[in-house]
Amino acid sequence: MTAQAPNIRTVRARRSFLQNARRTLATAPFSAWFGMVIIVIYVIAAIFAPWLAPYGEADVVGKAYQPAGSEFWLGTDQIGRDLLSRLIYGARNTIGIAFLTTLISFAIGGTLGVLTALRRGWLDQAISRVVDAFLAIPVLIFALMLLAVAGKSIINLILILALLDSTRVFRLARATALNVVVMDYVEAARLRGEKMGWIIFKEVLPNILPPLITEFGLRFCFVFLTIAALSFLGVGIQPPTADWGSMVAESKTLITFPVRTFPWIPAPFYPAIAIALLTVAINFVVDWFLHKTSGLRDEK
Amino acid sequence: MHPVLKTVLQRLGLGLLTLFVVSVLIFASLEMLPGGFAEAILGQGATPETVAAFNHQIGLDRPATVRYFEWIWNILHGDFGYSYAGMGGSIKRSVTALIAPRLYNTFFLAIMTAIIAVPLSLFLGIMAALYRNSLYDRTVNAVTLTTIATPEFFIAYLLMFFLAIKLKWFPTLSTVSESTTLLEHLWRAGLPAITLTLVIVAHMMRMTRAALINLLSSPYMEMAQLKGVPRREAIMKHALPNAWAPIATVIAFNLAYLVVGVVVVEVVYVYPGIGQLMVDAVSSRDMPVVQACALIFAATYILLNLSADVVSIITNPRLLHPK
Repeated sequence: MTAQAPNIRTVRARRSFLQNARRTLATAPFSAWFGMVIIVIYVIAAIFAPWLAPYGEADVVGKAYQPAGSEFWLGTDQIGRDLLSRLIYGARNTIGIAFLTTLISFAIGGTLGVLTALRRGWLDQAISRVVDAFLAIPVLIFALMLLAVAGKSIINLILILALLDSTRVFRLARATALNVVVMDYVEAARLRGEKMGWIIFKEVLPNILPPLITEFGLRFCFVFLTIAALSFLGVGIQPPTADWGSMVAESKTLITFPVRTFPWIPAPFYPAIAIALLTVAINFVVDWFLHKTSGLRDEK
Repeated sequence: MHPVLKTVLQRLGLGLLTLFVVSVLIFASLEMLPGGFAEAILGQGATPETVAAFNHQIGLDRPATVRYFEWIWNILHGDFGYSYAGMGGSIKRSVTALIAPRLYNTFFLAIMTAIIAVPLSLFLGIMAALYRNSLYDRTVNAVTLTTIATPEFFIAYLLMFFLAIKLKWFPTLSTVSESTTLLEHLWRAGLPAITLTLVIVAHMMRMTRAALINLLSSPYMEMAQLKGVPRREAIMKHALPNAWAPIATVIAFNLAYLVVGVVVVEVVYVYPGIGQLMVDAVSSRDMPVVQACALIFAATYILLNLSADVVSIITNPRLLHPK
């Protein structure tokens, strides 16, 4: 009996990554499309801020509280800086800092989570108990306290929020990794003597990626809103750096002016709307991604 | 021992342990300050003698463990130490005296919000779960998602703009003092309470809906439907006993969220509460006040979550009727 492969039809070539991406995108609902377009616009604004903005970030270019017009598209702020330019630079600063913070928190929390799931033992117990204590304190309160201790600066802000946030990431990474580390292929990798780094990044991580990516979107939103709140309270990003949270705080008194005597300047609303729009956009995309990767089907 | 009692006691013990670890964390964060407090308060030009005298005056020259237990002992007796503001001079302001009236104001606001928000959001959430994918459900979903994504201070300013400046229903700033009457206090705290209600209702309603949908799709609900139990009875007898735990968790989680939301909203409306005090203290690095506020917030947070756990345990049908 000759060993003949039972393969009769020729197998179709695998779809390339681009083809796959196009197929997936074609089925995306409107809300996901809307979200992706918004995110792309924000990213472009953040990366190309110096070229897009008509004026510099902290340049005083006009009189205070000039109304919107052809010279200043959105008007000027309390000391005569162009609002549109500050909004665009704000995208760079606020999103950049939030993104960096989330990256660090995932690097710490994700690695430690997978590592403890693999190793278990006393290290797992010790880290888990510390994380439990951190989880018992609201992030904003703890961040306020640590900022009081360490002093107000952007580096401190990033490190403190990344540390606090990594405890949340740790919990998720550990919980999802626990289901993967018992798989045979992890055991096989261990038996053939792979190093810890290989097992974490090549065996476990790719298999827990979808929930982690979803979490990345949500944590980014959370960090972003927390930074905005801290800046609004005056302990986050410090002036003259353009930042949406502190921009709202700087111009907040404007809305209490009587409308008849003082033309209402919607200055505090622009940065606030910018914050809200990005958060909604990310939520839409995350919802869609979650739906795709979890294999949930519409009940009907 | 009855399994319910045993689990409750275990949970209480765990809660106390968490509270202890949290207090250590809060205390330890003070120790991490580079350069010490004396320099931060007295300025760079302080001579080593003044620094030593200052450290001795506020007791910083003794070992940390001794100071920790003294700190905890004093707090248990209602003494949070003295504020650093005015520490160099002769007037000592006790943190307890600073905090007490503000704590009352904050609890006033929080309770007022809870009384409006909890029944409202439970009602909205249960309706959305029962009539899911209807027009009502979709509308409420879209509205709440937008509310969640919007920063609290923005909602606060929108409300201030429309309700206080355009319509003049409420004052723009919620300044209250000890001489304010209860009715006026209610009126002045109205706008902050509405802001917090909007934020909380969005969260709470979504969580209630998710928890209930999860429950309604469980196999025993399908079984009840298949054996012909009327819908009303199925919900009252089969769903409700199991729903208490998730609902309690949702309520506690959101009241705990209120603890955080209160900070921003108090600053917006200049409401003299403990959140505003904490932000001011952080800016001036008045550590005893920051520590006291952080401890109060954390303790409230832990206690709320603890009570939710206890409610879930004592309403759990599986524990109430052991085999």
